[in-house]
Amino acid sequence: MTDVLSYDFMRIALVMAILIGLTAPAIGTFIVQRKLSLLGDGIGHIALTGIGLGLLTGTSPILGALVVTVLGALAIELLRARSRSGGDVALALLFYGGLAGGALLTQAQSGGSSLQSYLFGSISSVTMGDLYVVAGLAVAVLAIVVVFGRDLFLLCQDEELARAAGLRVRFLSVLIAVTAAVTVVIAMRAVGLLLVGALMIIPVAAAQQLARGFRATMLSAMVIGVLSAVSGLLSSFQYDLQPGPSIVLLALVVFLAAVVAGAVLRRRRAFATRPAPGGGPEAAVETGAHGTAAQETAVGAAARVHAEHEAEVLGG
Amino acid sequence: MTPPPFAMTGGRVRLDGREVLAGIDLVVGPGDVLALTGPNGSGKSTLVRALLGVLPLSGGRTEIYGRAPARFRDWGRVGYVPQRLPMGGGVPATVREVVASGRTARQSRWRPASAADRAAIDRALAAVGLTDRARDSAHLLSGGQQQRVLIARALAGEPDVIVMDEPNAGVDAGNQEALARTLGMLTGEGRTVLLVLHELGPLEPLITRTVRLENGRIAAETRLRTTTTTGATASEQTASEQTAGSAA
Repeated sequence: MTDVLSYDFMRIALVMAILIGLTAPAIGTFIVQRKLSLLGDGIGHIALTGIGLGLLTGTSPILGALVVTVLGALAIELLRARSRSGGDVALALLFYGGLAGGALLTQAQSGGSSLQSYLFGSISSVTMGDLYVVAGLAVAVLAIVVVFGRDLFLLCQDEELARAAGLRVRFLSVLIAVTAAVTVVIAMRAVGLLLVGALMIIPVAAAQQLARGFRATMLSAMVIGVLSAVSGLLSSFQYDLQPGPSIVLLALVVFLAAVVAGAVLRRRRAFATRPAPGGGPEAAVETGAHGTAAQETAVGAAARVHAEHEAEVLGG
Repeated sequence: MTPPPFAMTGGRVRLDGREVLAGIDLVVGPGDVLALTGPNGSGKSTLVRALLGVLPLSGGRTEIYGRAPARFRDWGRVGYVPQRLPMGGGVPATVREVVASGRTARQSRWRPASAADRAAIDRALAAVGLTDRARDSAHLLSGGQQQRVLIARALAGEPDVIVMDEPNAGVDAGNQEALARTLGMLTGEGRTVLLVLHELGPLEPLITRTVRLENGRIAAETRLRTTTTTGATASEQTASEQTAGSAA
């Protein structure tokens, strides 16, 4: 550990990993709830064109990516709001255009070798200047989540409810898309553009298995995000692997562990809250008889049986 | 004279090229317990959503407490209970989190939840008998209980008017009775209630007006009982209590 920290670029990269691990799942929780799981992915594709432009004009690739992703996010949100059916295809066009444009632009500039590092992440090239930009953006993302958290929760729950509460739905939708774009830029150096979306989604998917509430899901997703980003970065250093894939694969391992732990946890809860008489015993037999795959449904059924039972008690 | 909770004149709504509401004139007065009835597809839910300003009108106009929905700011006065708990992308939310979201319109973005907020959420949970389920995942509850979560969500905002879209759809008899009791309490406090109902059922004794829709028009209107004038006074009382509460 100490010799890892003796490298300047690793110290910078580790701080970056922590920032990525915190921000990506935080905004990711809203994105998952809003059923836009591939949004981060699409913005990542578009960001590549920004990087190409940045390299070509000799400005910072991060700033180039920031400008282009924010514009891309606005375009995506416009397309999404405008058309119900054609939006899907329009989005795909935008994604492919972004990726192809970025690939050509970066190739024209550097002969294609740096493309890999932008697609899958590279830690040796991050500078202190990059870190300042990333840290500033991370603070902005977390501030948006804190200040607009209640509004975004309601919006992602249901747009109609949000409208009926007088929220500015259009503004908040754009806010989510732009925040996601900023998060992509935060994460792109270490994780890589093709895998940026994964860090917004996988920790949330894992946390969903364990948590009962929205806030709990978000906080545990942030813990999972930091753990997988830091450990993925360290192992990529240790075994000379690309950081992006290492981080994402570790996050997936956590997800699988969470699925198993979640099934056990739900089973425990169902047992703990089951009333002595009533629908319980049959459900228990079912749980015992079926394999692991069927267990979750059986447990769910038990919980429902219990819920209905209580509903009767309260209602009558 | 204060403007009524909802007033629509000549309201028309087109959805995907089809005229779903074809000229509706409707005033929901303070203290009314109004049931919107009618066959499937007659435009009941559309009317409710248009009254709330969730759906834009293609013709005519509608006002919430005297203001067009786009210019209305006092959303805390309006509580909306949708037909079912939205699932979204499946991120869980606890009962308390869902109920607390009903208070968004009354809260400042820049401040954390106050003691008054928490007290209102506690009262709303107690009113529907879900206090002991507050920390459970809302989506794991039964249909009837989810309905109660949504009602508590609306109550948490301490609204003057509550709008419910088919609160009895897919809800067992026990929960329908529970709903009738909750509604009885609300109307006793003089609040205005607008309900979309398939059949009046156990709510019948509470309802003061029914409006029947057919093909996007009002086909019949009946006044079952007059709105008690004490209702209006109670409403004012609730309002002053609220101001007192927020001042404290």
